Amino acid sequence: MTASYEAMWERLGLDLDAHTSLLEVLGKFYGDIYMSQQGRLRGMEYLDFVVSEIHGLRIRELEEARAQGRKVIGTFCVFVPEEIVWAAGGIQVGLCAGAEAGTEAAEKILPRNTCALIKSFVGFKLARLCPFTESCDMIVGETTCDGKKKAYEIFSDHAPVYVMEIPQMKGAADRALWKAEVLRFKEAVEDLTGRSITAENLSEAVRLINRRRRVLQRLNRLRAAQPVPISGRDVLLINQVSFYDDPDRFTQKIGELCDELEAKVRRGEGVADGAARVLLSGCPMAIPNWKLPYIIESSGAVMVGEESCIGTRNTRDLVDESGRTLEEMLDAIVERYMKIDCACFTPNTERLEHIVDLARELEVKGVIHYGLSFCQPYAMESFKVEKALRNAGIPMLAVETDYSMEDVEQLKTRVEAFVEMIR
Amino acid sequence: MAVIGIDIGSRSIERVVWDPATGRWSWDKVPTTFDPVAQCRKLLADADGCPVVATGYGRRLVAEHFPGLSVRTITEIQAYARGVHHLVPEARTVLDIGGQDTKVIALSREGAVVRFEMNDRCAAGTGKFLEFMASSLQVPLEVFGDFALEADKQVTLNSMCTVFAESEATSLMARGERPQNIAMALHQAVVRRTLAMLRRVGGERPVVFAGGVAHNRCIVRLIGDSLGGGLILAEDPDVVGALGAALAGALP
Ligand code: SF4
Ligand code: SF4
Repeated sequence: MTASYEAMWERLGLDLDAHTSLLEVLGKFYGDIYMSQQGRLRGMEYLDFVVSEIHGLRIRELEEARAQGRKVIGTFCVFVPEEIVWAAGGIQVGLCAGAEAGTEAAEKILPRNTCALIKSFVGFKLARLCPFTESCDMIVGETTCDGKKKAYEIFSDHAPVYVMEIPQMKGAADRALWKAEVLRFKEAVEDLTGRSITAENLSEAVRLINRRRRVLQRLNRLRAAQPVPISGRDVLLINQVSFYDDPDRFTQKIGELCDELEAKVRRGEGVADGAARVLLSGCPMAIPNWKLPYIIESSGAVMVGEESCIGTRNTRDLVDESGRTLEEMLDAIVERYMKIDCACFTPNTERLEHIVDLARELEVKGVIHYGLSFCQPYAMESFKVEKALRNAGIPMLAVETDYSMEDVEQLKTRVEAFVEMIR
Repeated sequence: MAVIGIDIGSRSIERVVWDPATGRWSWDKVPTTFDPVAQCRKLLADADGCPVVATGYGRRLVAEHFPGLSVRTITEIQAYARGVHHLVPEARTVLDIGGQDTKVIALSREGAVVRFEMNDRCAAGTGKFLEFMASSLQVPLEVFGDFALEADKQVTLNSMCTVFAESEATSLMARGERPQNIAMALHQAVVRRTLAMLRRVGGERPVVFAGGVAHNRCIVRLIGDSLGGGLILAEDPDVVGALGAALAGALP
């Protein structure tokens, strides 16, 4: 794809040489981790195609949309209310931040002991590696953790950043704060796009995004069948791609994939004979952060769920569609987003309950809790999660790592030992 | 038929040949060197037909390089758990300090792994740390523990990071501190860290100490004193992993 897109990348200001090597690494990684799997669904071809065109076709679409005056809004957190962006005719893309490239550049302006996700998004920008980042007319930050909160201040010297304040508790005052923030965001988006949000366009956007969430819910129900009909890696990839693909097309394609999956479930075909069912829980896993999932699934286990923002935390709750007025719809949005059980909340008992429920529902043998090194919210919660699971009689392995490959052997030993223990 | 367990660690490779009929076993040990496959070849030369179970950091090497043998792999966690349970059936916790990593494993009464902890990627608190410090104090590793036991005064080291600990040690030396006292402080640092890991998994007694560092008398004494009893030294502590692997191979 390189030749035909180079002019576009140049226009976006990418560092072409560095970008080429990034794509090479990504391609090889993808080949090893995804293409090597046996008996994949036909529907995954769509995902393979999307990934092979990750910096090509989709960026071209964004460029075309921008040429027609539409605005692209980038985000790093599932708290940013997507419905508002789509209602105003904008396009929301989740910026991925799952690779080590650019870390060196990031460490010039960020402390070394910052979580890999933050270093990655800053690094992608500074090293001019990501065409999505470069396509954004606005990048929305949020105050979910201290690292991000302060990083956006630095990041705003390099990109058009808008920051939302996310409450840290779930009382009435916090709900009021969140509502004020949603309204302020609505205005900012209206200013940027030049289009007012109305009951009509908002209702349409709510349905659009709910449809995408529903298809992912359906996928999650199907993938949990016994025997497991699709690898956890493939499902993770689908979740990752949901953040930047066109929502309508994505919903349709994943719907088709689910039909295929359903038939497979009916035939009782599995992909991982005898593998131990595990739930992956914890920090978000942005594309192409596939190290741990790959290790898990090559150690005799299969992931049957992700309690993660790139997983059920993002798809579990829908926005209530019964609202008629703009006010009612905005309230429904406020309500839905307040249910997100990010580790930045205190207290956060819902998350513990959700994990235990999910582990039981999915009939897993164990939970692997994933934390990015230096991520305090999730590292702290891992202790509570382990305790809650222990009380429920479910074993948990806590893993802390980043995007580098140095600790692969150690991680393998840990994960394999955990699998030996639970099987 | 005999069963072979082989434990490929970063410093040494141990092999145990176990005879399920008699329960007797024998062992060998060679350094890992830069060519572990050649070393394994020596140890597996007369393995024909025997089931082999490989463990340790290089466990996959055997499976890859000896396609003619029937090889299974298990992790060090599983291997140490089995080995220790066999040697000391009442053991409830395994402490294994090896060359590259430290593991603490909680066992059920039946000897199954209930929980485990492993140090993260840095060498702090492992055999590597002691090796590094011994060489910077110019004391042979084999006698480093005895050397530390000659300490006559309490010195404290604040850092557990290999790099910082070395510079702390160097500056203590420059101030004229007796090297024995510095050596003791380094051992105490390792033990502090080990005890923290033990506490995290519950540390139920008896605790069985295995792995290469169990040869170090200073570490053994310090841990034993802190636990106030209930520490059992595994016999041939560095062979426990290979024994556990062999035992796993004897199972159906
Ligand atoms: S973990 Fe929290 S901060 Fe991160 S994306 Fe999810 S909701 Fe946002
Ligand atoms: S992974 Fe943790 S530290 Fe990193 S951005 Fe998310 S919440 Fe913050």
